[in-house]
Amino acid sequence: MNERPFDLAVVGAGPAGLAAAVAAGESGLRVALVDAGPRPGGQFWRHAEGADGAGHHDWETFASLRSRLRRLTAGTRVRHLPLHQVWAVDRAGDAPFTLRLTPAFDGATDEVTPAVRARAIALCTGGYDRQLPVPGWTLPGVMAAGGVQALLKGSGTVAGRRAVVAGTGPFLLPVATGLAAAGAEVAAVVEAARPADWLRRPLGAAAVPGKAVEGAGYAAALLRHRVPYLTRSAVTRVHGGDEVTAVTVERVDGSGRVVPGRTRRLAVDLVAFGWGFTPSLELVVALGAGTERGADGSLVATVDRARRATVPGVYVAGEATGVGGAAKAVAEGELAGLTAAVDAGRPAPTKRGRRLAARIARAERFAEAMHAAHPVPERWTEWLTEATVLCRCEEVTVGAVERAREDLGAGDPRTAKLLARPGMGWCQGRVCGFATAALLAAGAGRAVTAEDLRALGKRPLAAPVTLGELAALPEPPDPPDFPDPDTA
Amino acid sequence: MSGRGPDVVVIGAGIIGAAGAWFATRAGLRVTVLDRGPLAGGTSGRGEGNLLVSDKEPGPELDLALLSRRVWREDLGEHAGLWEFDEKGGLVVAATDASAAGLAELTRRQRAAGVDAVDVGADELPAYEPQLAPGLRGGAFYPGDAQVQPMLAVAHLLRLARDGGAEVRTGVEVTGLLRDGDRVTGVRTDRGDIPAGNVVNAAGPWAGSVAELAGVRLPVLPRRGFVLVTEPLPPTVRHKVYAAEYVGDVASADAALQTSPVVESTESGTVLIGSSRERVGFDGSLSLPALKRLAANAVALFPALAGVRALRAYHGFRPYCPDHLPVIGPDPRAPGLWHAGGHEGAGIGLAAGTGLLLAQALTGATPALGLAPFAPERFDEGDPAP
Ligand SMILES: Cc1cc2nc3c(=O)[nH]c(=O)nc-3n(C[C@H](O)[C@H](O)[C@H](O)COP(=O)(O)OP(=O)(O)OC[C@H]3O[C@@H](n4cnc5c(N)ncnc54)[C@H](O)[C@@H]3O)c2cc1C
Ligand SMILES: Cc1cc2nc3c(=O)[nH]c(=O)nc-3n(C[C@H](O)[C@H](O)[C@H](O)COP(=O)(O)OP(=O)(O)OC[C@H]3O[C@@H](n4cnc5c(N)ncnc54)[C@H](O)[C@@H]3O)c2cc1C
Repeated sequence: MNERPFDLAVVGAGPAGLAAAVAAGESGLRVALVDAGPRPGGQFWRHAEGADGAGHHDWETFASLRSRLRRLTAGTRVRHLPLHQVWAVDRAGDAPFTLRLTPAFDGATDEVTPAVRARAIALCTGGYDRQLPVPGWTLPGVMAAGGVQALLKGSGTVAGRRAVVAGTGPFLLPVATGLAAAGAEVAAVVEAARPADWLRRPLGAAAVPGKAVEGAGYAAALLRHRVPYLTRSAVTRVHGGDEVTAVTVERVDGSGRVVPGRTRRLAVDLVAFGWGFTPSLELVVALGAGTERGADGSLVATVDRARRATVPGVYVAGEATGVGGAAKAVAEGELAGLTAAVDAGRPAPTKRGRRLAARIARAERFAEAMHAAHPVPERWTEWLTEATVLCRCEEVTVGAVERAREDLGAGDPRTAKLLARPGMGWCQGRVCGFATAALLAAGAGRAVTAEDLRALGKRPLAAPVTLGELAALPEPPDPPDFPDPDTA
Repeated sequence: MSGRGPDVVVIGAGIIGAAGAWFATRAGLRVTVLDRGPLAGGTSGRGEGNLLVSDKEPGPELDLALLSRRVWREDLGEHAGLWEFDEKGGLVVAATDASAAGLAELTRRQRAAGVDAVDVGADELPAYEPQLAPGLRGGAFYPGDAQVQPMLAVAHLLRLARDGGAEVRTGVEVTGLLRDGDRVTGVRTDRGDIPAGNVVNAAGPWAGSVAELAGVRLPVLPRRGFVLVTEPLPPTVRHKVYAAEYVGDVASADAALQTSPVVESTESGTVLIGSSRERVGFDGSLSLPALKRLAANAVALFPALAGVRALRAYHGFRPYCPDHLPVIGPDPRAPGLWHAGGHEGAGIGLAAGTGLLLAQALTGATPALGLAPFAPERFDEGDPAP
């Protein structure tokens, strides 16, 4: 703690954070890189110990960033703190930020560093799966697509034998091909949109040739594994007793409304739902930085072209500013690192910065086109029943939230949470927050607003922390005014 | 009363406004409740729901607490399930011989004032709370300490009022008061004027600003409190448990951070630890010193909690007056204007009595308690030190 503050603390060692730490370190800043994972890579390059990159996209970029990071950590420029989770950031006036750390899980690491101080902070915290409940989604065997993929990448575990991958967006494809390549049978990819549209958009995929090529590769892999690709379709119900045995697939129109009479049932033991991602904004919000609704409808951090958040000394890059793939995250991370260096008085690499900004702008147009073609279906809440569980931590049903709205006047998500408890449990609304906001907005006949999402995204503790760790915080100096019974 | 508009406009859909609205409606008045935010969006949705008699010294606040307890149990008894009314009892523990002696002295005086308080010897503590730390010096058990779920209480009191004919409008901000000479004759809002026979200022920690709209001074200020919520646990804490030192804190005028643990389990298995007391204005930033103190104090009482994870921390701003008593009643400086607020850390519990008293006074009935100690104008001269 009494160590000289770092020039920059980077939170997250995914594509964005890695690039940020490397760029800032190579520009001469002293950097702390804090990440919950055991190895750098984040979601995209999540890998088992000793993995060689097989099955990964763009592994060369990762390998190069990793070796540059190793050079920096070998000296004193960058300190990498894996298996540490930031649970809060505080700061007194203009003093450096203090990041409060906790082990990523029980016993994650023997050498716990409880805090690091830094003059600036780059939040590259990524995101997690956005989930839309449907009847039966709490059955064992239903998983988020990102979770299925994380298991595959992290430990090679295949979560089921016969799977359906359902939701919307290009991310369904790598999950399906990953499962197929690992030996699972994929009964279908069920896509709510009609994606042929967006690949043709002039400013969409065409502007990012690499992406289109990647997409074509997945398409070929689906063909090879004989995986049916159903568009304008949705898994609207999951069946099973103790675990998943089947799903109902229905045709839907562009708004998500079910087209009657086109129902089929698929026997599966694994359902991977991918409805896009929700950025992790706990620290952004806790630091008082601005947020807005992004192109995909989730809340994202507000940043300027150079990746500065609305609070001085805070930078945000990657998924936390909007979902757009790993290449975009890398470019944003590098730019954030460079901007932090410039703001700290290092010589400005203007040309590189401009090139990165242009690349990001291109990737953003691509992402916008992609999100526009793969929206969360406006009427998905019509697939729900009264009895559908909305919040699984607290077992709150759709009906309970609707009653709170209709009978008690809970028209906004925060009031609904206070009256019916969705989002009060272990996950603190990370899973059900978006769905709760959507359900209430639909009930009131309006669209979800940034305000709705903000109300559910406020989590002053960015990660769980034990009371023992809290009690061991250094402040304040004067002890409680009764003796510690352990020693009394 | 005025032929146009309601008999009463209540500013604020917190617990005080909700209780006032329900009792006024029950008394036959036509009521409109306004809030600039959602219901329970202020302090009432950011605290806890203890209805404590244990933490109060004999005096007007204890009288109000005892009245409130009766109203929660009797007048509102048929609805108790709606807001999860639960008489789980409170256990106050003393960690030193001095505080044990002080506690015994307090229970003696409380019993004389009508409180049910049982002195508990050090050796009897484990029977009440098996997980308590060893080495405590004694305690007191208060069977009458109870709780409600505050947000449900607000929402259902307002629903009951609506069912009785009241109107509840959220998202409407009061920006001024209508006057006829000195008299307050209604409110000006961002959605138009509403004339009314009486206007009740139940604006919680913002009550001072509403009073200013009438040109009168009401020294209600915010006092920040944090609460920690843990992961769900198997039953660990049976009652509301707190240290005897808490009673001292409540009446303190010290601006610095003060904390005493009030530790309790909720129905969902989480443990609530609250709450700190700081006078820092409306500063909403996370205070790690406050969390540290809450955690340290809770672990000192229940050592098994050390390995338990906190999932959430939240804060609210208690509305408090310099003498730590609420304001309840008409404002002689602005006839037609009433105040009900400043209940500090006890507004949920005290709401039932406050609502009843307000309705009695509004209808000209004799209030069940004398309102003199709660007079809004009492701060005008010889302002006690804050
Ligand atoms: C589960 C999942 C799977 C994905 N798979 C694909 C795919 O196959 N193909 C594709 O193109 N895109 C995929 N994406 C999207 C892609 O991963 C992102 O575009 C990219 O990884 C974003 O990089 P990032 O650096 O912003 O975030 P991430 O890669 O998510 O990295 C964030 C890092 O921050 C850490 N972190 C977060 N909060 C804290 C904290 N409080 N303290 C410490 N550390 C913290 C996390 O542990 C993580 O290591 C996936 C996304 C997810 C969520
Ligand atoms: C951490 C903490 C723990 C607590 N624990 C307990 C406890 O265990 N037991 C207990 O009894 N009490 C407790 N309290 C205290 C209790 O919460 C308060 O005393 C009580 O909620 C105050 O209620 P109120 O209705 O006066 O104010 P509020 O609930 O704040 O309501 C005031 C309302 O007025 C509205 N308003 C303000 N200005 C305007 C305007 N111009 N126009 C329209 N509307 C306006 C606001 O939006 C707000 O909704 C606790 C408080 C805190 C902070």
